[in-house]
Amino acid sequence: MILQKGTRAPDFELNSTPDQKLKLSDLKGQLVILAFYPADWSPVCSDQMGLYNETLSFFHKYNAQMIGISVDSKWCHLAFSKHRNLHFPLLADFEPKGKVSKEYGAYNEKEGTSLRALFVLDENATIQWSYLSPEGINPGADGILNALEELNKEKNKK
Amino acid sequence: MAKLNTPVGPRDHIIGKPSAPITLVEYGDYECSHCGHAYPLIKKLLKQFNNELLFVFRNFPLQESHPDAMAAAEVAEAAGLQNKFWEMHDLLYEHQDELDENNFGYFAETLDLKMDKFQNDRNSSAVTSKIESDFESGIRSGVNGTPTFFINDKRLDNYDATYESLADAVMQAE
Repeated sequence: MILQKGTRAPDFELNSTPDQKLKLSDLKGQLVILAFYPADWSPVCSDQMGLYNETLSFFHKYNAQMIGISVDSKWCHLAFSKHRNLHFPLLADFEPKGKVSKEYGAYNEKEGTSLRALFVLDENATIQWSYLSPEGINPGADGILNALEELNKEKNKK
Repeated sequence: MAKLNTPVGPRDHIIGKPSAPITLVEYGDYECSHCGHAYPLIKKLLKQFNNELLFVFRNFPLQESHPDAMAAAEVAEAAGLQNKFWEMHDLLYEHQDELDENNFGYFAETLDLKMDKFQNDRNSSAVTSKIESDFESGIRSGVNGTPTFFINDKRLDNYDATYESLADAVMQAE
């Protein structure tokens, strides 16, 4: 089972480009969206990462940082990201393979890839929403936006 | 299950009677080849289900992957302001591989549009706000690529690019 609401998000440090690493705890103070996904170059027209790329402005309204994670290598991510003009980081959960995905319960042992799982973290890196998408279905962005909206409402109440 | 977040309303482009028992909403992009593939399927569907079906098209231009998608959506909406939305919609899909400035002008002339008005409307706030609100309603409804269809407000996840998958879904909604 993937990690659920109320759980502290396990910290990690993974390559975001061939010569740069991104550490989750460095993003403290921001909302973070973690999108685990099976593979770069998946065939569907305007696939999940492409869709998030088009919706970044909606995420930024909530000061939320989108991060994609798969077991593809940093070089593969670089090529994919360039090809699709992606404007958010893709992290390589490559060595040891799938370690971070496993910690989030988002690893498919049979296929050896990350599952299609989404997590929205608050400013203190606590998971506030998580969702495991059925196989082969791109979950879209509505669940993420609803979760961000809820978080925003609660903040305004305080 | 993803649901249509914004009901069909007066700003929408429709084919069919608003009272029809089944509503099919498409979120589409004029440059997306999968939408181009679906275009004749929708035509066939409208013929087969005739009075039972209301068809709605909303813009979902994926600008990062399709550089001409936004301009094409603006052209369709600008034609809509001269009551020629569907005529332009058809031309754009029928010439999907030739979406450029020259052809946009040529399509507009073919449809006898008032050219000054057409050119002014393309970048008007009325047109951009319509496209942006279509896009946002799509995002909020769980549109996950193009085309995404909703039948009676429920996202259709079984569409597999065949006519049968659309027709079956419509029949099940009856």
